[in-house]
Amino acid sequence: MNGQQGGKPHINRDHLLALLTGMVRIRRFEEKCAELYTEEKIRGFLHLYIGEEAVAVGISQALQPDDALVSTYREHGHALARGIPMGPVMAEMYGKVTGCSRGRGGSMHLYDAAHRFFGGNAIVAGGLPLAVGLALADRMRGENRVTVCFFGEGAAAEGEFHESLNLAALWQLPILFVCENNLYAMGTALDLSESEKHIYLKARSYGIASWPVDGMNVVDVEAAAIRACESIRAGAGPQFLECNTYRFRGHSMFDSQLYRDKDEIELWQKRGPIVRLQDWMQTNQMLHEADLPGIERIVAAEVEEAVAFAEEGEFEAESDLTRDVYTPRADT
Amino acid sequence: MTETTYREAIREGLREALQADERVFLMGEDVGHYGGCYAVTKGLIQEFGPERIRDTPLSESGFVGAGVGAALGGMRPIVEIMTVNFSLLALDQIVNNAATIRHMSGGQFSVPLVIRMATGAGRQLAAQHSHSFECWYAHVPGLKVLVPGTLDDARHMLKMALADPDPVIIFEHVLLYNQSGELSAAEPPPMEQAVVRRPGRDLSLISYGGSLPKALSAAEQLAGSGIEAEVLDLRCLRPLDAAAIVKTVSRTRRAVIIDEGWRSGSLAAEVSAIIMEQAFWELDAPVARVCSDEVPIPYPRHLEQAALPQVDEILAAANQVLGRS
Repeated sequence: MNGQQGGKPHINRDHLLALLTGMVRIRRFEEKCAELYTEEKIRGFLHLYIGEEAVAVGISQALQPDDALVSTYREHGHALARGIPMGPVMAEMYGKVTGCSRGRGGSMHLYDAAHRFFGGNAIVAGGLPLAVGLALADRMRGENRVTVCFFGEGAAAEGEFHESLNLAALWQLPILFVCENNLYAMGTALDLSESEKHIYLKARSYGIASWPVDGMNVVDVEAAAIRACESIRAGAGPQFLECNTYRFRGHSMFDSQLYRDKDEIELWQKRGPIVRLQDWMQTNQMLHEADLPGIERIVAAEVEEAVAFAEEGEFEAESDLTRDVYTPRADT
Repeated sequence: MTETTYREAIREGLREALQADERVFLMGEDVGHYGGCYAVTKGLIQEFGPERIRDTPLSESGFVGAGVGAALGGMRPIVEIMTVNFSLLALDQIVNNAATIRHMSGGQFSVPLVIRMATGAGRQLAAQHSHSFECWYAHVPGLKVLVPGTLDDARHMLKMALADPDPVIIFEHVLLYNQSGELSAAEPPPMEQAVVRRPGRDLSLISYGGSLPKALSAAEQLAGSGIEAEVLDLRCLRPLDAAAIVKTVSRTRRAVIIDEGWRSGSLAAEVSAIIMEQAFWELDAPVARVCSDEVPIPYPRHLEQAALPQVDEILAAANQVLGRS
């Protein structure tokens, strides 16, 4: 279990336990969200990241506090791995004013200025031009920071994907493109939508350094992210990682999954990112008996606190309906 | 006071903004080496360099979105889109990102972005370069929409737009670029205020942008027959200065709205609705609208002119609301 591109992840017990905890946090948080959805505490669209946790956790290891993130509507994992506290994220799901976007965004639009988290964007590929601009601003201001842009393989069919890759390469911007290839754009298989099925090759055609990564292996993702971010900080321009992964749940809570076989899902679940790291650690005597129950206990308590925080929060007064359409002039 | 043109006035505004704030930069198609497709940005790349006068590929969505991102990242970008029809390729970034991020983030992020674009017909450029979609953008909460119709506004509105913390779109009518005259010594009033360009008591001609000179010309002709028309220049289409609209109509009791957009669902319809809601009892006659005919703008000159609001149509509408037809 080592990085495949020569990056430098820390293969020690404490670090691996931290990675494992990071993934379990996202998993249990989202399982709770699904439960709360059926209880109608959470409404609207809810896109779960379950199965893809290794990507968010692996990438976030390579980031500094002042780096920027741009994400998609399947971004709970990115937000949590980035360090946005679980309570405000859960409160956002509830639509409460204590949510990380004051409840105005919901599941698909998590924002957090303190963590330079520039949204869940619910237009496929809509976040890519934004990320290009953030990276351009850093370039022009002489800031040595990275902008990470997450998107799914479905984005590769959009014009904004190609426009953004071209701009980033043309202007040699400090941006890390992370394609989470989970094989299905909603219910349309990659085979039915792309003539070139290796998304990383599309990036290479723009002159961007680009690699496929086993997105079910958190250490591989971390190693690739560290190497890519080092290159970006050294001025090597944009980098692109295609993380091959799989979502175990439907596209959203409304998805009956007619487009794929149960066998396929089970096959991927067997090599899921959490069991995989667990197994590897066990095989290598790095996982002690008390570790897993300990992690589960800590995470369960955090999820419980987050739910309590969301429950306790207030809904915003209707009299505030039209706030935050424009910036109050006193803010400027 | 020196003689200048609308084009030069905009260029001076750009130059001043670039000198005043190092966060300001301009990007768009052919703004640099070519000098701007309407020559507005001619010479700026020599003065400010290719980093700040940044030529982009033909990627409207990409570079407008990059403007949104750069604004979020602490810059003060000015994005030029060649013409309003091309801006439709960037609608996603303008409507789904620029206009919504302040709201979706619960007020955490503002987008101080300025987008400039050419609009309007009159140069025989046919149906993909001649339309007036200002009203579409004016429909969207989160955006502000400016329509400079005078040299003074061409010179000074950019500075006001850059001082605004939210996304502002400036529409420059293609037929105004060559308009010449002298700048006033005083700076114009705040960008969200409508301005009476010609006072009068008999009826109100309410207009903006490229139609403003036509409204003023009609008022001049009406004066020849003893009719004093007041001309109100809206200047800003979102937010609309409803108080100024109500004020002029309350004084004259009759209104003609001149708008180069298509009549159905037009900005003129919105102004008319404001009058209906807020000044109905002040009216002595139904409101009239002079808009473009409901047809994609055709290429031949006679048909293009027939499709657009013209001075004689304004005169006819004025006579109608005055009961003189």
